[in-house]
Amino acid sequence: MGHNHAHPKKAWQAIRTEAIESLLNEINVLSSDDVDRVVRHYEENVGPRTGASVIARAWVDPGFKKRLLADGLAACEELGIGGPETELLHVVENTPAVHNVVVCTLCSCYPWPILGLPPAWYKSSAYRSRLVREPRKVLSELGVVLADEIEVRVWDSVSEIRYLVMPERPDNTEHLSESELIDLISRDHMIGVARTIELNGQEN
Amino acid sequence: MNGIHDMGGLHGFGPVAVDPDEPVFTSRWGSRVFCMTQVIDSLGIWNLDEHRHEIELMAPEDYISHTYYGRWMFAMERILERRNILNREEVDRRTEEIAADRRKFTPLQPAGRNWPLAEGDKVPWGAWRKNEVVEPEFSEGQWVRVRNIHPPGHTRVTNYTRGKAGEVFRVNDQAWVFPDTRAHYRGENLQAVYTVRFDAQTLWGEEYAEPNSYVYIDLSENHLELMQED
Repeated sequence: MGHNHAHPKKAWQAIRTEAIESLLNEINVLSSDDVDRVVRHYEENVGPRTGASVIARAWVDPGFKKRLLADGLAACEELGIGGPETELLHVVENTPAVHNVVVCTLCSCYPWPILGLPPAWYKSSAYRSRLVREPRKVLSELGVVLADEIEVRVWDSVSEIRYLVMPERPDNTEHLSESELIDLISRDHMIGVARTIELNGQEN
Repeated sequence: MNGIHDMGGLHGFGPVAVDPDEPVFTSRWGSRVFCMTQVIDSLGIWNLDEHRHEIELMAPEDYISHTYYGRWMFAMERILERRNILNREEVDRRTEEIAADRRKFTPLQPAGRNWPLAEGDKVPWGAWRKNEVVEPEFSEGQWVRVRNIHPPGHTRVTNYTRGKAGEVFRVNDQAWVFPDTRAHYRGENLQAVYTVRFDAQTLWGEEYAEPNSYVYIDLSENHLELMQED
């Protein structure tokens, strides 16, 4: 694999990628400027805060929540949110009796326009293999210990439908503004590997 | 195909390792591969199922060791070569020249390259055909069994659900492309996709299933059959 004697510290994949990009530029399949723009989009424009803004709006606006649960993407479009790799979005709601958590066992399908790109652990063999078989054990290792009475629903999103978990709004947050609510909601809440939302910023 | 990519239920991968301070991209090359793929997705060179299947065709040891964006690089190279846009020899040579810090690269041979693509040679990428209507065969609340099939090509029916019975939770009655055939250019076969609910005990057996747990998975109509009423 290594043609990398001149760059002992540079991974062979880095050099090979550079080669492919220079060739694709040369034959006019793409331009690096276009690639730069996509990099900036994923680094700067999209991320979990987008999803958090959707959830916070649903918490404060029952009409929006109803529309979000009926057609996730249409409701997101009301907030100007959309993009590739999510053709249909189902929002699944946590309740005192139900906990939802999302995985893709076949690759790593994930609602990019809503949450940004997935973290490495979401794409890991361990998460993909174990979550469907032992969700309670995986969740407890990640800090979410669920009583047996709470039903666990694992959503294996192997088709083109994407999932977003709506965590429960914590008590005593009536005084908070929408943007303060957004600050409480993390990526992990919306994948479902975190459940309770602590008002002092801690989560589990 | 029954490949290493079909990971649901496998043992042996250990704990889920979390890096709380992970950046959006952990390597520059990974970001270039991912974002080049995003650009190419819009050019009509490949469809998304073909791209996924190409990743599945990696040698299992490479699938594990090349990491996530390494799989994308593999698929990109292979399809570009198959489409006669860029071949492996050209990539190998350029890689060696960059590694050796050559300032001047060997010029490419222009003849015979399938680029730019003719309009009629472009393929649509997405999976939902909004101008089409399908008639779903199953309805919510019905019990279905996942067909026990082991196709050697691309499929989105996971091994761990095959032969298992579940309840239709939701009918996604949009016109979805059937990935198993589209990946191989054997037609789009538009059909409904069903969210099917499985009890953990059905999937993993009474001895090892966790209590009060369910898996919901989206399956194409062609992967399901109606269970006979007793």
